[in-house]
Amino acid sequence: MSRSGRLDDAARDPIPFRPFSPGTQPPYDAPAYLSTRARHPARPLVTAPHTVTETTGPRFTPSRFPALADISATDGRAAQGERIIVSGRVLDEEGRPVPHTMLEIWQANAAGRYAHLVDQHNAPLDPNFRGVGRVFSDEQGNWRIVTIKPGAYPWRNHANAWRPNHIHFSLFGQGFAQRLVTQMYFPGDPLLPLDPIFNCIPHAAARDRLISSFDLETTQPEYALGYRFDIVLRGRGATPFEDGEHR
Amino acid sequence: MPTATASQTIGPYWHLLEEKGWDDLTRFGPVPEGAARITLTGVVTDGDGAPVADGCVEVWQADPPASDDFLGWGRAATDAQGRYRFTTLKPGPVPGRGNARQAPHIAITLLARGLLKPLVTRAYFAGEALNDTDPLLAAIEDPARRDTLLAREAGDGVWQLDIRLQGEGEGRAETVFLDV
Repeated sequence: MSRSGRLDDAARDPIPFRPFSPGTQPPYDAPAYLSTRARHPARPLVTAPHTVTETTGPRFTPSRFPALADISATDGRAAQGERIIVSGRVLDEEGRPVPHTMLEIWQANAAGRYAHLVDQHNAPLDPNFRGVGRVFSDEQGNWRIVTIKPGAYPWRNHANAWRPNHIHFSLFGQGFAQRLVTQMYFPGDPLLPLDPIFNCIPHAAARDRLISSFDLETTQPEYALGYRFDIVLRGRGATPFEDGEHR
Repeated sequence: MPTATASQTIGPYWHLLEEKGWDDLTRFGPVPEGAARITLTGVVTDGDGAPVADGCVEVWQADPPASDDFLGWGRAATDAQGRYRFTTLKPGPVPGRGNARQAPHIAITLLARGLLKPLVTRAYFAGEALNDTDPLLAAIEDPARRDTLLAREAGDGVWQLDIRLQGEGEGRAETVFLDV
């Protein structure tokens, strides 16, 4: 043990999460996505060195937040559309599994309509599809949901704009600064090259990792096609950031 | 090793996830002895001064320490006027880096249509003595901007913190958002 108080203090500091790699995250200001115009911060962000506030976070448990892992039917009545299985792993940037973490999902139905008052798209609602699920990763970070393949739907961002098929995902990880909300897309979707929300991620490799892959192993015979979507949360940095360091 | 998965907007239909009661962090158990129940509320506005009526506001606090009765986390939708409202317990100070002590604060995450990634800020409590020495507050030189992180007491146990996504001038300064 060191006799230096400073070293002891530094050793007690929580290990921060690593900064994001350049080009892998979308900007706040993305002119092609019109809603960012009045909603992006115009001033530079202030760097917040990670403290216990950022390195710890809520612990969600299935007892308080019951899992809902099969949303392809309601009260035993099958929803309309193509039943699919989506599975994957939650890992961190060191490749370690993120166990027992909560994933929330929400999506449009097979016709491209959300079970939501604000959604006025002229496509049928499905009484047997609410489109909301919740699962927890297991010890190895694995998770799995059964759902319906979501339809594409129009939006008013630009002329003849359509969102590609997608499923929304929300994860909390193990600390406040690991929060991730993203969207999973489907392979071969012709709308992807036209979608400003997808394309605002600068690096093609980072974009492509939002596209799930068809997976025969996840596919269940006589039941449903399977897709695989692995999710990576920020890793912990090896060394603490100095106060005031800009990233 | 792969880098972290890219963020995408929560979009306008996240309300499907909304659960009644998630804006009350005290819902799971009794208020512990010595803790004070408070309301944290405010209005979220955009660069046109219009209310952000489809936003998702999440709060997280490291104090009082999380337990079975107190998750330390909550989620609220903004209403048609852009207002969010939480019931929670007033936090105490928590350790900062090195020898620092942080003034009592609640971390805030804002997610919305038009935000491709979360906006993060903090609610501090006006009048707390530790505010003068809090490392994060001290790092913000412009007092008008520092003030954007200070919730004001607007009644008995009710603390108000408005969030402005863009803006300038007295009482209209853009909220300080944090790079975490």
